[in-house]
Amino acid sequence: MRAGGNKMPDKDALVKHIPGEETQRLLTVEDLSVSFDTEKGSVRALFGVSFSMDAGETIGLVGESGCGKTITALSVMRLLASPPAKMDGGRILFKGRDLFALPEKRMCEVRGQEISMIFQEPMTSMNPVLTVGEQVAEVFTAHGICGKKEAAERAVEWLRKVQMPDPERRAKEYPHQMSGGMRQRAMIAMALALSPSLLIADEPTTALDVTIQAQIMALLREMRERERMAVLLITHDLGVVHDFADRTAIMYLGRIVEMAPTRELFAGPIHPYTQGLLASLPGASQTSRVLPSIPGTVPDLANVPPGCPFSPRCQHRQAAMKRFLSGETSTDELRDCDREDPPAFEFSPGHLAACHYQRRVCGES
Amino acid sequence: MSGNAVYRPDANEALLTLVNVYKTFPVRASFFSAEEVRVRAVDGVSLSLQPGKTLGLVGESGCGKSTMGKLAIRLLDPDSGTIRFEGKDMARLAGEELRGMRRRMQIIFQDPYSSLNPRMKVQDIVGEGWFVHGLARGRELRDKAALLLERVGLTAEARNKYPHEFSGGQRQRIGIARAIALSPRLIVADEPVSALDVSVQAQILNLLKGLQEEYGMAYLFVSHDLRVIRHVSDHVAVMYSGKVMELGPSEELFSRPSHPYTRSLLSAAPMLGGAPAEHIVLSGDIPSPVAPPPGCRFHTRCFRARKFCSECSPLLREVAPGRFAACHFV
Amino acid sequence: MSGQSMFADTLRRLSRNPLAVAGAVVILFFLVMALFPKCFSEHDPNRINILRILDPPSARHLLGTDDLGRDVLARMVYGARISLSVGFVAESIAIGIGLIVGLLAGYYGGRADAVLMRFVDIMLCFPSFFLILSVVAFIGPSIWNIMIIIGITGWMGVARLVRAETLSLKERDFVVAARAQGAGAARIMFRHILPNTLAPILVAATLGVAGAILVESSLSFLGIGVQPPTPSWGNILTAGKDNIEFAWWLSLFPGLAIFVTVLGYNLLGEGIRDAVDPRLKGR
Repeated sequence: MRAGGNKMPDKDALVKHIPGEETQRLLTVEDLSVSFDTEKGSVRALFGVSFSMDAGETIGLVGESGCGKTITALSVMRLLASPPAKMDGGRILFKGRDLFALPEKRMCEVRGQEISMIFQEPMTSMNPVLTVGEQVAEVFTAHGICGKKEAAERAVEWLRKVQMPDPERRAKEYPHQMSGGMRQRAMIAMALALSPSLLIADEPTTALDVTIQAQIMALLREMRERERMAVLLITHDLGVVHDFADRTAIMYLGRIVEMAPTRELFAGPIHPYTQGLLASLPGASQTSRVLPSIPGTVPDLANVPPGCPFSPRCQHRQAAMKRFLSGETSTDELRDCDREDPPAFEFSPGHLAACHYQRRVCGES
Repeated sequence: MSGNAVYRPDANEALLTLVNVYKTFPVRASFFSAEEVRVRAVDGVSLSLQPGKTLGLVGESGCGKSTMGKLAIRLLDPDSGTIRFEGKDMARLAGEELRGMRRRMQIIFQDPYSSLNPRMKVQDIVGEGWFVHGLARGRELRDKAALLLERVGLTAEARNKYPHEFSGGQRQRIGIARAIALSPRLIVADEPVSALDVSVQAQILNLLKGLQEEYGMAYLFVSHDLRVIRHVSDHVAVMYSGKVMELGPSEELFSRPSHPYTRSLLSAAPMLGGAPAEHIVLSGDIPSPVAPPPGCRFHTRCFRARKFCSECSPLLREVAPGRFAACHFV
Repeated sequence: MSGQSMFADTLRRLSRNPLAVAGAVVILFFLVMALFPKCFSEHDPNRINILRILDPPSARHLLGTDDLGRDVLARMVYGARISLSVGFVAESIAIGIGLIVGLLAGYYGGRADAVLMRFVDIMLCFPSFFLILSVVAFIGPSIWNIMIIIGITGWMGVARLVRAETLSLKERDFVVAARAQGAGAARIMFRHILPNTLAPILVAATLGVAGAILVESSLSFLGIGVQPPTPSWGNILTAGKDNIEFAWWLSLFPGLAIFVTVLGYNLLGEGIRDAVDPRLKGR
């Protein structure tokens, strides 16, 4: 979310949130902007993303494909291939250290030991020619924690911790011999083996069946309590964050358009995009047979509209435009929507949204 | 254990009936062996679908729901069992008669990318059926294609473009246009919104609903997404490991699930409005379809399972008027 | 993006590959030469002049003369016509056979596939060059015979390629959809599957032309290919072999022409392969 508005003069105020201001921030992402070089020129993927999280906190980063949620995560891990990716601005502070200023060697130590990541499809992120046990053990040997023999024992121990059935036998199996759920368990064991203080989970259950999904989320919940780690959960599924995240950020076209404590976000969404997303979930309301839907589609990142990126699909903007064009109103009340990318605005403590309309209606009264 | 009536598909007036359908696929036992084993994809399923209604098939991967969809419109032949469409035994049809029947049953696919031929113009894709059946060609085909594309929410100009020029949601609209071009009475919708973004899903679901109201075709709607199934279906069949576990009217089944598997499915899908508040996390994995467990398919993961369940397979019996479940304990 | 943009995209990527462009320029150059020989040499390629036997390159005969006093440049210009058309026609025959066999084997599978592919295996067991040698010896060398024989001994690679593509394409949803619409086997094969295999076939064809030109040259060099006095690059070389000690130009220039043309086709073929490969496509 970009800084702006009278209520929030400085960036520190922006990244702060609800209580406990004195605790040291675990992770602060400030005004992160990333672009990619493509055949058709440079394409901006992140437009000043800012948020922060505390130790032990869980944040859900939700959005549709192409909204930049995975790019945000990879930036935190410093795993974006460059080129084609390019940092245009901003910084990422982890425990007060600027991650982009760290030499690559130090960053390697941060990865795995302090921040680790799990992915959507463990099959592609695991090595097919090594046994699962060897891969978990490698986490220890690669970071010089212990010798090979002890590492193998610890690996089995960790597989047991993630409730892998029959861990001694499973440790000797290859990834392709396991089911998707078991592979994801092994992946979680690898990610948590060095007790990181931040776990980034990128669509950890998207490739899994519903009942297996519930198992993995239950496991993540348990591990989060036991290891007292913070989790950055990236998903397109609002249902997954609903029960799991302390706070939720909704992303659209490379921006955080709304961020709030999860319960509050679901109970009273402010941004029209968030409202539309929640309303269009089938099955949530069984009263009407026609689902409320957001018109249009997510534009290509190469053709992001000027001003508010959501304005071409926004009912408020379209209604105001219609009123103005029909002469009902003499001024286009929402012309800012086409001119200026709306800054984040704090509607209630900890509840931020970036919308000109809502700010007019209820913000500055 | 009840002595209630075993489920028998209602053959009267039904558009589609499947009776005791079995389907297996050969697979190699392992990469290095030539030995073949058979995956039991659909293992004795009976269902029926009324004209103009939507039957939702829901289940996890490998439960056989997609195979069911392909069997229903004879893109696959069953190993045994009968499939009747408009009262005719599908297995007996061949040649011209089968080709004629194909006009009345169509399919919509999950993947909007692989379901459209990248080398064909949109008008030729949606007009394929007209061309093949000699219903329209040339100029007439182009005009009809334009009207059809407008009906599914695209512009008439779209007909001259190629599939790669469209987004996923628009491609799915093209796939829907192709399916309705021949005015079928049955459409198998195989995970039609699973590959789409949430905000586009709602648009496509509304389109499918609107088309059904307008043209009155029946949907066999296959999905793993309980929310989608609940929204679109009149009746729902819950499948697990090739068998139907529970069958009933959608609203009743979702508000008062009776089979333990249905209950755990619902509890695993968060935010389902009005879903029972119980919290069930199943242990274990979905059984391999090559060697499904004996007795009740679900007993390896069921929280109510007794020794008995691993020995005797429950039949799909009526547990309340119009509601059926295959469990010894309901 | 317009309807033609997929093709245009490929062309654009191809034009960014300097080696492929060089290959295309070479091929184009020889093509123009074959089409308009008069523009390149005013000499008659078959006019014998015993006063000018084995003249070295000079202002009058830019590339010298051969052992019968014929102008080498003229013979090479007319030879380009023969060599290139043998390459084209032979490869077209090969593609035609390979396409049909590959489509049938891939689409029908099962027994048809087994029979056809075993036939391919058998064809591949023969050392094809000696097969060609013996067939030519039997039916006699003529340009048409050469083309046909090179064609019918060179289709197996294409057949395997098309079969593999067909196997994967027939499982795609759009083919299933065509079946659901009631399309017959022929329509599915030729309207739905075939157009999607064209990109890899184009690559194979380009590389195949180079191979066919080489085979023709070798046959002509051995004296059982294109028969004198009709000029071809291969049989000019034959004359060069006999006089290699005192007439270097007679071997060098046709050899160079074959080398450059084959290289050109190979570079272009590889360029096309890179340009159509989706893995290299931009985001």
